[in-house]
Amino acid sequence: MVTNDTIGPRGRRSNRRFRERGGVSVYPATFEYFAPTSVDEALDTLERFGDEAKVLAGGQSLIPLMKLRIAAPSALVDIGRIDGLDALEERDGRLEIGALVTHADCEKSDLLRGRYGVLGATAPLVSDPIVRNRGTVCGSVAHADPQGDWGSALLALGAEVVAQGPDGERAIPLEDFCSGPFMTALEPAEIVTSIRTADPGPRAGGTYLKLERKVGDFATVGVAVHVSLDNGTIGRAGIALTGVGPTNVKATAAEDALAGAAPDDDAIAEAARLAAEAAQPLDDVRGSAEYKRNVVRVYTERGLRTAIAAAQS
Amino acid sequence: MAVAHEIRGLGHSVRRKEDARFIRGKGNYVEDISLPGMLHLELLRSPVAHARIVSIDTSRAEALPGVVAVVTGELMAQHSLAWMPTLSGDTQAVLATDKVRFQGQEIAAVVAESAYIAKDALELIDVEYDLLPAVTSPQQALEPAAPLIRDDKEGQESNHIYDWEAGDKEATEKALAEADKIVELETFYPRCHPAPLECCGCVADVNPATGKATIYMTSQAPHAHRTLFALVAGLPEHQIRIVSPDIGGGFGNKVPIYPGYVVATAASLLIGRPVKWIEDRTGNLISTGFARDYHMKGELALKDGKMTGLRVNLLSDNGAFFADAQPTKFKAGLFHIVTGSYDIPAAHVVTKGAYTNKAPGGVAYRCSFRVTEASYLIERLVQTAAYELGVDPVELRMKNFVQPEQMPYESATGFLYDSGDYPAAMNLALEKLGYDELRSEQAAAREEGRLLGIGVAFFTEVVGAGHGKEYDIAGLRMFDSAELRVHPTGKAILKLGVRSQGQGHETTFGQIIAHELGIPYEDVEVQEGDTDNTPYGLGTYASRSTPVAGAAASMISRELREKARKIAGHLLEVSEDDLEWETGRFFVKGSPDRAVTIQDIAFAAYTNLPDGLQAGLEGVHYYDPPNMTFPYGAYAVVVEIDRGTGEWRVQRMVAVDDCGVRINPMIVEGQIMGGLTEGYGIAAMELITFDDDGNCIGSTFMDYLLPTAWETPVFELGETSVPSPHHPLGAKGVGESATVGSPAAYVNAVIDALAHAGVRNIDMPVTSDKVWHALAEVGLAE
Repeated sequence: MVTNDTIGPRGRRSNRRFRERGGVSVYPATFEYFAPTSVDEALDTLERFGDEAKVLAGGQSLIPLMKLRIAAPSALVDIGRIDGLDALEERDGRLEIGALVTHADCEKSDLLRGRYGVLGATAPLVSDPIVRNRGTVCGSVAHADPQGDWGSALLALGAEVVAQGPDGERAIPLEDFCSGPFMTALEPAEIVTSIRTADPGPRAGGTYLKLERKVGDFATVGVAVHVSLDNGTIGRAGIALTGVGPTNVKATAAEDALAGAAPDDDAIAEAARLAAEAAQPLDDVRGSAEYKRNVVRVYTERGLRTAIAAAQS
Repeated sequence: MAVAHEIRGLGHSVRRKEDARFIRGKGNYVEDISLPGMLHLELLRSPVAHARIVSIDTSRAEALPGVVAVVTGELMAQHSLAWMPTLSGDTQAVLATDKVRFQGQEIAAVVAESAYIAKDALELIDVEYDLLPAVTSPQQALEPAAPLIRDDKEGQESNHIYDWEAGDKEATEKALAEADKIVELETFYPRCHPAPLECCGCVADVNPATGKATIYMTSQAPHAHRTLFALVAGLPEHQIRIVSPDIGGGFGNKVPIYPGYVVATAASLLIGRPVKWIEDRTGNLISTGFARDYHMKGELALKDGKMTGLRVNLLSDNGAFFADAQPTKFKAGLFHIVTGSYDIPAAHVVTKGAYTNKAPGGVAYRCSFRVTEASYLIERLVQTAAYELGVDPVELRMKNFVQPEQMPYESATGFLYDSGDYPAAMNLALEKLGYDELRSEQAAAREEGRLLGIGVAFFTEVVGAGHGKEYDIAGLRMFDSAELRVHPTGKAILKLGVRSQGQGHETTFGQIIAHELGIPYEDVEVQEGDTDNTPYGLGTYASRSTPVAGAAASMISRELREKARKIAGHLLEVSEDDLEWETGRFFVKGSPDRAVTIQDIAFAAYTNLPDGLQAGLEGVHYYDPPNMTFPYGAYAVVVEIDRGTGEWRVQRMVAVDDCGVRINPMIVEGQIMGGLTEGYGIAAMELITFDDDGNCIGSTFMDYLLPTAWETPVFELGETSVPSPHHPLGAKGVGESATVGSPAAYVNAVIDALAHAGVRNIDMPVTSDKVWHALAEVGLAE
């Protein structure tokens, strides 16, 4: 015997919700709304509500989840009115992306060309123009969807998440930030204030390739590639994968194989093989695991060629 | 006096009158309607596909402040409304009483002071289910041991619904036996959904003092719905007023009556306040009229390269209730148009329907009753035959077309094609495409390891139902109507029994009156959708508005023109036989300066009449067409396939349509582009599917994919025009042509890129995953 409450959660998010409650909604549950004007004020509110509160930036992931009643936070802390969180600038050879910087800001920024090419290539591939106009890079990373694009791009380039909490500021390496799908190292009363990238290297290039069923869909497969050159050989290579694991996957073996190698066809093919091996795809409506693994290989090859050419130019 | 180019009758691409309000946000949709004291209704839907309902406890929901009532199947049963008839003569649960039979089925409804409260209350209804195994395919449904879905129906011992056939079995078997080649194709046309951007909904307002029920609802067929409401709910028909306000897309989805309408009306009747029900996207996708879900097998007999016979076996997945929207005597709709554009002397179609634990309601998604499935099968089959015979797919088509001199042509399944010049349309498409050069390019590309495909489809549709003797909806004959009232100052109102959902009736029908009477189209207001205020008609679907209601508009104009002639004779003091008509005026034969305009005549109709003539210039015409209309077209698509990812990109899409005379060419082209887009969506991405437990995958727009402007190909349109010989304007209807014709063209293009390696079929939606697996299988994958 089962009831509406005991039918188990399985499968896709909206459908799971549907099976639990016998209906999806376009009306969110009741919540309180706060619009603080400083990070401290926001932290106070977060502390008061604990894990019942959610931070709202662009709202492009959270609001749909609330409308479907998959998420029902009792308080929303809208950080959109806090000054100083919208900086997108290079500081000491590293790019700093503030909490309110939107995907569209990145799409338009000249900073994200050349050495930061992996980020520049990612921005226009995030969802659709409507989402890009409102959604934020930091919000996307904090949401920790394994099908999110920024996670891969930033893993490939190297980055850390800067978070502010009651005990002050800390920087969390991105590799340690995501612990699983939609799970992060963030404390309930912490806010991501910015993301800081690594120094891309003096002669560097990168790109992001994304296979999607249509604009606005999550990636079936995404591959982010960053390459820096050192006297004609590959200095550092960053490769990270979207949609083929419980988090964005850093293809470490492929990266290691490329470090110090000549940027030739053999090295590229071997790295692509290793990247495909690092993928942990599942069969789903977007395609079979075998198919996705092959796309990882194909995209890693194509991405490396583009990135190396960009770094050489 | 207005001259012809100012009147803007046939052939003028005037801007759509209705767009002024749509693009300014001044439309009036059901959701915009708000009445004093109005309550909000939300439906609880089944989370599982098949289960016995053990208990429903509504007490917690009823206790929530702001909840006015919780309606269950039991309460509906007390008013004999727990079940309702479907458009295919079956029954469908309004609110489940005994079992749930598909995921998303309506179980209970909350009526509350706000939609938010109603949604909150849904979560407080406790339903206990005893799970039953789900039946998720018609093959499984027809196995002897399959769980019985419709145990509510007396005498129903299996999940079998119907057997139906058309054509000549013996002659077809003979053709197959004598053939020198038989080509087979088994293909599945998957379940897809019309997915109009506006979901379904209604505001039911039963006045407790007068008993009058006014129901604002998303209806493509308001008059038929009024009659059905009268028959189902037992309300007196003169006390029912259905108002179908602006409709945000229908595509067949808004032809059936859904439980939400019935429950909202019952709730308003019982509570005595207006009740609004607005369906959400998931509700629309998982419970309302889907389309297709057809398993098809075709066998084409050929002798000396000529098609001699066609045998088709069909298995239809009808869901939990047989609720196809189609004429009563055609269980497979008009699928038997399946011989398409070819002179095939013998054909036989056998079809079987089965119940499954899926949503009911096989509507025609922008297609005239399963013509899409038929067109898809024959065009895929002919393409397959060309590869098997080693001939060019276009050449095979040309050799087998019904020729212009054979018109009117009676098909092997009994349709009388009234007109057409298929080779001309095909040649125009080939010329626009540069077919021969493209074939060379394809060969050169293949040398370089690139995969180009050129796909062709040539469709013949059967639309514009009726005639009423043969075609009906729930017994109502498929005629349609137009009532024209020309006012004293020469302005006019045209009232129609059809209902636009975006087709541009307010413009097109104004232009018909402009053409027939010379009243400028701006001076004609077109009214539709209010049953108290328009003549009876069967509604807008099956590309029937212009063929049927358009003809009615022409005919009433001509009747009024004859009356106008009498008045003109009186005004000019000549015999009416001495008068000649030209657009907008009568003049005396031989002296064109002695004339009166239609505006002068309209004024005289109310002020200065000849003796014995009734006042006014008004009338109504009910038009029952003598035959269907048969639009056709040649579509060609060029794709390139990425061998690493299996993605296919449309490089060219050429569409030549013959829909007869085009009233507003811009609107016609818009219709064609919309249909080509939906056809692309169906071919590439649209899919409602189910897991083994009957859970619907495709319940939001994250899973049910619709193409955006980004994915949609660029279209190159062309036109030939062979007028319909029996339509007063020569128009044939165009709303569905492109959805019907284009899916096969896209799929044929992908297959054409792989045919040299032996690939013959990839079922829709043709996803990159499926293409890559096909590539891998024949050693073409990167």
